[in-house]
Amino acid sequence: MIALQSVSAGYDKTPIIQDITLDFQPGQVLALIGPNGSGKSTLLKAALRLLPTMQGEVLYDGVNVEKLKRKEIAQKAALLSQHRSTPSIQALRMVLHGRFPYLSYPRQYAKRDWAIARAAMDATGSRAHEDANVATLSGGQQQGVYLAMTLTQDTETVFMDEPTTYLDIRRQLQTVQTARSLAHSGKAVVLVLHDLSLALRSADRVAVLCDGRLQCCDTPQAVFESGVLERVFQVAVHRMETPQGVQYYSSLKEESPCPTFHCL
Amino acid sequence: MRSLQTFSTRKHRWLFWLLLCLLTLGAALWSLAAGAVSLSPAQIFSALSRPNTASTAAKIVRYSRLPRTCASLLAGAALAVSGTVIQTVLHNPLASPGIIGVNSSAGFAVALVCAIAPLSQRYVPLIAFSGALLGALLVVGLSQRTRASRTTVVLAGVAVSNLLSAGIDAVVTLVPDALNGVSDFRIGGFSGVSMARLAPAAGLILVSLLLVFSLSRQLDVLALGSDTAQSLGLSVRPVRFVLLALAAALAGAAVSFSGLLGFVGLIIPNAMRRLVGENSLPLLVGSALGGAFFVTVCDLMARTAFAPFELPVGIVLAFIGAPFFLWLLFRQRGGRV
Repeated sequence: MIALQSVSAGYDKTPIIQDITLDFQPGQVLALIGPNGSGKSTLLKAALRLLPTMQGEVLYDGVNVEKLKRKEIAQKAALLSQHRSTPSIQALRMVLHGRFPYLSYPRQYAKRDWAIARAAMDATGSRAHEDANVATLSGGQQQGVYLAMTLTQDTETVFMDEPTTYLDIRRQLQTVQTARSLAHSGKAVVLVLHDLSLALRSADRVAVLCDGRLQCCDTPQAVFESGVLERVFQVAVHRMETPQGVQYYSSLKEESPCPTFHCL
Repeated sequence: MRSLQTFSTRKHRWLFWLLLCLLTLGAALWSLAAGAVSLSPAQIFSALSRPNTASTAAKIVRYSRLPRTCASLLAGAALAVSGTVIQTVLHNPLASPGIIGVNSSAGFAVALVCAIAPLSQRYVPLIAFSGALLGALLVVGLSQRTRASRTTVVLAGVAVSNLLSAGIDAVVTLVPDALNGVSDFRIGGFSGVSMARLAPAAGLILVSLLLVFSLSRQLDVLALGSDTAQSLGLSVRPVRFVLLALAAALAGAAVSFSGLLGFVGLIIPNAMRRLVGENSLPLLVGSALGGAFFVTVCDLMARTAFAPFELPVGIVLAFIGAPFFLWLLFRQRGGRV
């Protein structure tokens, strides 16, 4: 299990996140939410040691991450990055890169690696275009290929930085469903989400970041009731019982009239 | 990047590789045969297979054509592979050893050292390599420290490149004998290449090529972007440094005997990305073969088109390379990279 203890991290000696204490439980989906610039991506980077910590420590199964090699980290935690390059290569080959942390010298992928890569493509519904060129796929299909690569890494903890951004609604729901089934199989899954209602109804725990500080981390129900969402996001959040379970939605706080555009 | 992917289907892939190998081999043989005296394949074969033959044909092959053909093949392969590596490491298809100042720093180092202390030719490739490495580290180190964008890296490279080209001009103006024996240094060319000058650089190039090929898997992962590469377990900084050092060794060694050959390192990698895709090993091997073929053919044109006059190969390369570069710039929407 990965745990952050009073971690501060950032760029050029300016901390972006401060004094964060948070752990990622196996078998749970944790949604990390917060306004733009609140430090969500920085938190993921610190947890994966893509950024050094300025204070506090990141523990992997109780071991300080600074004592681990890059490869050992990559065998325990995977990242679905928000910034992705799309090289012009075959999709299956791209997914196979997920086995890179397990390669030893002569760096040839074995049959088992190919099998894992194919299974991951099945799981994300991208098996149909395993022979296609990644650069020619649609945004959603590319996301599926990247997600498959992350799964191929076969780690206890999976971080996904805004996995639903730019996706159509069906793919958004499928991505969250994949995250849920990963958690069901015992992995710790961390999702950075911008969609409050999606976060509240699909996560086991919700962590709220604002200005680089952790505001709270609890079950969706408790986070909703604490009123922290209204304070952090400056919107009204509502809860509703529906035949499909509890749903959350939000609206602008002040009942301001629609702005009128005089120049029109 | 959009891709024409002409040969990327499995059915045609072997055909492409066969064609590329045959073209390179054909260009090499033609380069041995063509010139002021045309030689037959039989004469070339006997000159190569029996090194002690004293016939005129054998002497032409051994002392003129063979060094020149080897030089053009090696320089083409080295500069193209160097370009491929630099483009992948910098995530920028418009980078190349010529553009980011690696070539001109190698050239400046050679000119400066030759002007101050004329050394044995054996050390020229090492000096060129050191210069190239310093140039690459200056540009890339500065940009990483300030986290500059991809465009800024290239612009910084252009600035460094111009500075050092002016440096070469200054050295050559003040000490006209500095680059004696390295004719066409500014434009690039192979006239007057001897086996003695070629041998040390050839060794450096062959070793670096093998090392780069052996790092192709790392290059694959690096191409996914630095965050993803690190989270896949690649130590990005050291790998990036080693790859840049190898790219500098390749470009520096090529510059040490061929002068400032510009566009090869830009054109060939970009053409190959479109032809074979961006899987690193095929891309690197394709660039090596394509670069060797392209420079050899250009050199062949340079010395036979206006015979008995000879153009420096750099001029022919630029005439073909510049239009290609423009096409590349404008086929990407709005010239954005």
